[in-house]
Amino acid sequence: MQKGTFLLKKGLAEMLKNGVIMDVVNAEQARIAEKAGAVAVMALERVPADIRKMGGVARMADPLKIKEIMEAVTIPVMAKCRIGHFAEARVLESLGVDYIDESEVLTPADERHVDKNDFKIPFVCGARNLGEALRRINEGAAMIRTKGEAGTGNIIEAVRHIRCINEEIENLQKMDQKQLDMKAQEYKIPLDLLIAAKKLKRLPVVNFAAGGIATPADAALMMLLGCDGIFVGSGIFKSQAPFETAKAVVQATTHFDNPQIIARASAGLGEAMKGLDIKELEIKLQERGY
Amino acid sequence: MKIGVLALQGSFKEHIEMLGKCSVDAVSVKRPEDLKDMNGLIIPGGESTAIGNLMQLSHLDMEIIKRNRHGMAIYGTCAGAIILSKSIVESQQPRLGLLDISIKRNDYGRQADSFETELDIEKIGKFKGIFIRAPVIEKMNNGVQILSELNSKPILVQKNNILASTFHPELTDDKRVHEYFVDIVKNS
Repeated sequence: MQKGTFLLKKGLAEMLKNGVIMDVVNAEQARIAEKAGAVAVMALERVPADIRKMGGVARMADPLKIKEIMEAVTIPVMAKCRIGHFAEARVLESLGVDYIDESEVLTPADERHVDKNDFKIPFVCGARNLGEALRRINEGAAMIRTKGEAGTGNIIEAVRHIRCINEEIENLQKMDQKQLDMKAQEYKIPLDLLIAAKKLKRLPVVNFAAGGIATPADAALMMLLGCDGIFVGSGIFKSQAPFETAKAVVQATTHFDNPQIIARASAGLGEAMKGLDIKELEIKLQERGY
Repeated sequence: MKIGVLALQGSFKEHIEMLGKCSVDAVSVKRPEDLKDMNGLIIPGGESTAIGNLMQLSHLDMEIIKRNRHGMAIYGTCAGAIILSKSIVESQQPRLGLLDISIKRNDYGRQADSFETELDIEKIGKFKGIFIRAPVIEKMNNGVQILSELNSKPILVQKNNILASTFHPELTDDKRVHEYFVDIVKNS
């Protein structure tokens, strides 16, 4: 019997596809998310919009908080560690969380990312482009998400990131052996990983959208652009009607190609989260990471 | 012969590809009308609460039950097996209740306890078993047949034209369990 294999790590992400993973800060929110049809929850002390407002150093959540959320639901529970902070990652592993997000939403702890191959628990990491995504996979990430710009409720950065990854994979198709070799060197990854992406015409692991998704139509847009599923952070519990919004985002993620269903699900939800213009941001979280 | 894969959430693409390897041109099922003329349906792995909710919202549950009564065979893997079950331990979540078993969710533990192991399946032989936050079948009632066990717990069971596994053949390169289901569809 084998545990902690890459197949099992990647396999759990496969099971989350076409689903919505929601940020929650307590047991009550976790139960609302589960009831609304979330496939997993991200256990946090604060949602990204509040992390942004608070300023200061953002760290791994209190283990007590994470445990409270783990006990409240039957769906998988994810939690965030700081970039490069392998001690936080070990703590999360010992708590038994199902997935670790090595996340730019928290303040980075190192200029090197965690060696994720060394863990039994799978990791998800953010990426803005193909090189970043493949570097994370090479370090052992079993799932990728766009970085977008967390806590803004503004979708433009997540769209930019998935479009960039799609275009860069498209460009691989025209490259000969020598060009691929140079590209792999530029990305600082083994050539066979680049060739795998070329052959598959996609990333070799599940790729979710994250960072700025606030409405059902935002979720549908990201799915139409080729994402495998959706992370919603502040978008749910910063909206006027969290349960209804959560349910509608779940519907839109499944039925992303059916505008009538999205229209019905979006009707009468009230105010979405207010959101921020990217140009006015003092800190861009997406620039964290290497 | 038409086989569909419930495509609301989870590993449905893998099932469609696997059926392709069995020379079956499978279709995605998202709405009740997609089940028209369907002879078989696979309910994939995923999160059973999410799939159950979505199934209810689009009224697929009633349509699946009706079609099964008229002979449509069904195979559920992991979350799919939970959704087929009549009884889910400590849960009121939506389900089809077509298979008279009692199932307990995540009973091997969380992701850290997910595992791969070699299985021995009746009529198939050795098979790579992939168990991800898998459920355990605790009780079986009238006429449910065990095709494979692990540590004296059933992991692949069948009653007439309904098949359920707590593991994920769709994540392997081995099409034999899918072929077995295709034969059930042909004969039902």
